[in-house]
Amino acid sequence: MSHDEAPTTPLRRTPLFDEHVRLGGRIVPFAGWEMPVQYKGLTEEHKAVRTAAGLFDVSHMGEILLEGEHAASVVEYLVTGDTAKLVDGQALYTCACNAQGTVLDDLIVYRIAQTRWLVVCNASNRDKIVAHFRAAAENHCGFEDASDRTALIAMQGPKAYAIAALAGDDGPALASLGSFHFRDAVLAGVKCTVARTGYTGEDGMEIFCPTEDAAKLWSTLVDVGRPLGLEPAGLGARDTLRLEARLSLYGNEIDETTNPLEAGLGWIVKLHKRDFVGKDALASVKEAGLARKIVGFEMVGRGIARHGYPLLDASGGAVGVCTSGSPSPTLGKNIGLGYLPASMAEIGTRFLVDCRGRNIEAVVVKTPFYKRA
Amino acid sequence: MANDDVKADRRYTKDHEWAKQVEGGVLIGISAFAVEQLGDITLVNLDVKAGDTLAAGKAFGTIESVKTLSDLFAPIAGKVTRVNPDLETRPELVNEDPWDKAWMIEIAPSSPAEVEALLDPAAYAELLKTAGH
Repeated sequence: MSHDEAPTTPLRRTPLFDEHVRLGGRIVPFAGWEMPVQYKGLTEEHKAVRTAAGLFDVSHMGEILLEGEHAASVVEYLVTGDTAKLVDGQALYTCACNAQGTVLDDLIVYRIAQTRWLVVCNASNRDKIVAHFRAAAENHCGFEDASDRTALIAMQGPKAYAIAALAGDDGPALASLGSFHFRDAVLAGVKCTVARTGYTGEDGMEIFCPTEDAAKLWSTLVDVGRPLGLEPAGLGARDTLRLEARLSLYGNEIDETTNPLEAGLGWIVKLHKRDFVGKDALASVKEAGLARKIVGFEMVGRGIARHGYPLLDASGGAVGVCTSGSPSPTLGKNIGLGYLPASMAEIGTRFLVDCRGRNIEAVVVKTPFYKRA
Repeated sequence: MANDDVKADRRYTKDHEWAKQVEGGVLIGISAFAVEQLGDITLVNLDVKAGDTLAAGKAFGTIESVKTLSDLFAPIAGKVTRVNPDLETRPELVNEDPWDKAWMIEIAPSSPAEVEALLDPAAYAELLKTAGH
């Protein structure tokens, strides 16, 4: 048995670290943070999210606030999505590209007001995105990296809103929140902002609150949620849940070598909108047509595809790469995502995955692998 | 798992494999601690067959859980005499019974002293303590 050794650089802890330890979470290094990979077990947590609810600490993610008359223009210029169509209290999944049209990070952008915007980025990209937005904001609008004073808790699953209703204060009123809308609320006595967003393929919410209140909010949700089947859930379940829902993970499906169009994120790229970073490059990519595409696949043979495994054509030639792969707890199959030549991206296409020297057959299937009823 | 963490009837490696003397040779498996670390086992690939020769420390297969893949290393040198045929179709046996039914391979050791040189149960129990268990 061999395991990757943990890096020796000092790791950061979220305000919920003690809660994770108390709940029996197994702590691992992730993107410079000490995070729980699982508590009771990945599969159990995964199933809790699909059938009841799961509670995730995502406080390691970055929060950037932009404020002022030109804040809207700065945001619009830095992301690929049409932020101009947002109303107050509405959020948008989008990405920031560089001038070459490849992905710096995927983001959720929140319009608090026309003059006040929140941008949430991945923990692994926080330094890069903070620098990118700070530079763009300079001389145009106010900028704050609010990451260190902001905790983020995701409650995901069909029972999420029923559990929030038990947490008191504004809890019962949250059910009327629209998808990708957010509002200020008091929950468990804590002033927070609740967004109807998530990363699991289930209904749910992501709750921003001050770091000093995070433990109180977390432990209340655990206590009132348990009788309804809620489980605290770690990074392991978060990854298998998002994979089943075919949601991209930065560093896997997308990075600075991939453009959003080939990553299947064409729907978040609005080439008709005003100028934005990467627009010309992405227009050229679209014009030229895609050489490769992200596909979803199921293993036909006995094997599990993993991030980085080569994808081969029938004659054994390398034609692509697996970006994510795992057994699917919901489907009971081994599934994956990966880049294949556009000519091989059609559903039903058979190919091989080089699983550390074993060539195992796989087939392109429709995604998402899982869609909630 | 408390007392189940270590069985007195076998030897161990620091990589959490066990080696148990039986009539035909030495059975190799992984400890309950290793299984707990891995989580739900979904695939066991044994890359050797009866008659193959293994050097100590050489990988003889892989074991995969939902989230990770780990190599399996031969704790001792020798000739493979048997491979557990059940694990290909029932990888969950590793979760259910890591100490007995989920033995992986049987080795006829080149040198019986190699088994004795592995960690004894007390040393392995000590190792688990320092592993934060």
